[in-house]
Amino acid sequence: MTSGFPASEPMIEIRNLHKTYRLGEIDVHALRGVNLSVARGEFLAVVGPSGSGKSTLFHILGGLTPPTSGTVHIGGQDLLGMTDAQRTDMRKSTVGFVFQKYNLLPTLSAADNIAIARDIAKKPRETDPAFDQILDLLGLKGRLHHKPRALSGGEQQRVAIARAIVNHPAILLADEPTGNLDTENSTAVLGLLRDLNTRLGQTILMITHNPEAAAYGHRIAKMRDGRVVE
Amino acid sequence: MARTRGCYTRALIHRLVLENLKHRPVRTLLSATAIGVQVTMILTLVGVSQGVLGDIAARSRGTGADILVRPPGSSVLAFSGDMPQGIVGLVRKEPHVVMATGTKVQSIGNFDSITGINLEEFNAISGGLRYLEGGPLQGPDDLLIDDVYAGAHKLHAGDSLDLGLQWRIAGVVESGKLSHIFAGIASLQDKYSAKDKVSVIYVKLDDPKNLAAVIDSLKVKLEDYKVFSVDEFVSLISVDSIPILKRFTNVVIGLAVIVGFLVVFLSMYTAVLERTREIGILKALGASPGYIMAILLRETFFLAVAGAIAGVLMSFGTQWIMRVFVPTMPMLIVYAWWPWAALIALTGSLIGAIYPGLKAARQDAIEALVYD
Ligand SMILES: Nc1ncnc2c1ncn2[C@@H]1O[C@H](COP(=O)(O)OP(=O)(O)OP(=O)(O)O)[C@@H](O)[C@H]1O
Ligand SMILES: [Mg+2]
Repeated sequence: MTSGFPASEPMIEIRNLHKTYRLGEIDVHALRGVNLSVARGEFLAVVGPSGSGKSTLFHILGGLTPPTSGTVHIGGQDLLGMTDAQRTDMRKSTVGFVFQKYNLLPTLSAADNIAIARDIAKKPRETDPAFDQILDLLGLKGRLHHKPRALSGGEQQRVAIARAIVNHPAILLADEPTGNLDTENSTAVLGLLRDLNTRLGQTILMITHNPEAAAYGHRIAKMRDGRVVE
Repeated sequence: MARTRGCYTRALIHRLVLENLKHRPVRTLLSATAIGVQVTMILTLVGVSQGVLGDIAARSRGTGADILVRPPGSSVLAFSGDMPQGIVGLVRKEPHVVMATGTKVQSIGNFDSITGINLEEFNAISGGLRYLEGGPLQGPDDLLIDDVYAGAHKLHAGDSLDLGLQWRIAGVVESGKLSHIFAGIASLQDKYSAKDKVSVIYVKLDDPKNLAAVIDSLKVKLEDYKVFSVDEFVSLISVDSIPILKRFTNVVIGLAVIVGFLVVFLSMYTAVLERTREIGILKALGASPGYIMAILLRETFFLAVAGAIAGVLMSFGTQWIMRVFVPTMPMLIVYAWWPWAALIALTGSLIGAIYPGLKAARQDAIEALVYD
């Protein structure tokens, strides 16, 4: 997917991005001209007050909702003007999502939760050696046959992270991944993200309200009123 | 390699679908049962139709006659039309006719009827009734019943019986010959003010090879009368020859499709509402609308198949109920209809899954994932 894309180019290039939600008669300007570049292999922490547009930015990058105007490139792909089907395709392989709520399928085992992402992307279940390495990093090998409810919050979030990167996405988007976790589990999850970044070169964007979590990133982007301010 | 993947994929999706069904066992059980009831309805109707018609055919053959004559304008299974008793004499004069006997069929409601016979003549044609209890007709109020009717109504020789008029049971005979209930033809004609009227004439020939010739000759002499060989008559006893039964069957099939549709619509609709988050997760992972739809259709397919199996099993239950409570209407298990009933259930179910499936496929992923 990203192989033809020159390594020197930024992985994400956002110029003057606007997003306006229409709620009946009212327009909600969630993003008002975001400019941001993220290099390949970068681990970026995104912070900012509630309602500043962090999640909205992630939803656009993740292809869950279309941008209103501006330019957004991920790995050379232009998101503006993509059809629903193209954005669906992008979610399969270009981006991986991790949410504050772990969002695992409750009726499937941890292993099947990971496998179904491979299935949706039409990739064989037999994962590659790189993924086995990830499973080692997860520290969950013995618990993969359990259903989510038998796992702790931290374990569930680590499964969700494994699921998000199982298809080798160009970027991993984590929206407050430690928001529901205690300190110990937060540390495990953040450690995992950093390992993925350093050992596999995974590009990561992570929203957080916690300064300690933000310190795990190489760089911090601060949002306010729908813009990146520093 | 591609093949392994195919198998695996199906295994994973099947696991998801089965886990979803297991997750709400009561919903699954009720939906499958409701679909099953439709299947049972169809199978019972078809089974009773074929059972009753087959029974009539067998009892018609049991008369031992070669030809039967019916009044003009009568339809295959309306036995109670009338013709003058004099016709019997006319038929007897025909060459090769060894014996002809007139019978009078008197309907007494509840699908039951009394058949008036001349006992000696009927015995001569049929080879004789076999008595299990009691003996032949004597007085004008005497009835013979067969063991099926006796078993159904717990009756014995010597009992009196109210069939609108009062009768006495003279004997219980082995079933399989013409009717469940017999009376003397003269007293039946008398009691129901049908003097000298008969409904069906049964004819025995000297040699079956004269059958065609006698039928042709009778058809000429008895213009407009219905003259059948027993084989031809039996072949006419089918659901196809009874338009109302055919229409009734179609109505029940239509109902089955509609009820299957409603059951699955409701069941899948609530499932989709309940699984907003799961559907959102799949969408966030890049599942296409077709992928989501396929999962729900597969779940529906399982429900319909489970329902069809339940329906087939329950049809053995209705057969038992018919046998115990309505033995005069035997129900057959019609294997040939199993696939049709299943297909009908599946059709209604899959149509019912379309709208919930589209709703799920169109659902917004963000709303499901971000808000609680
Ligand atoms: N689907 C939507 N429809 C309408 N308005 C929306 C929608 N999603 C977000 N908004 C609005 O857009 C603005 C930005 O919301 P967003 O969720 O991006 O903020 P956030 O920075 O993630 O906040 P938080 O830290 O609380 O998660 C808010 O005013 C929000 O109400
Ligand atoms: Mg947010």
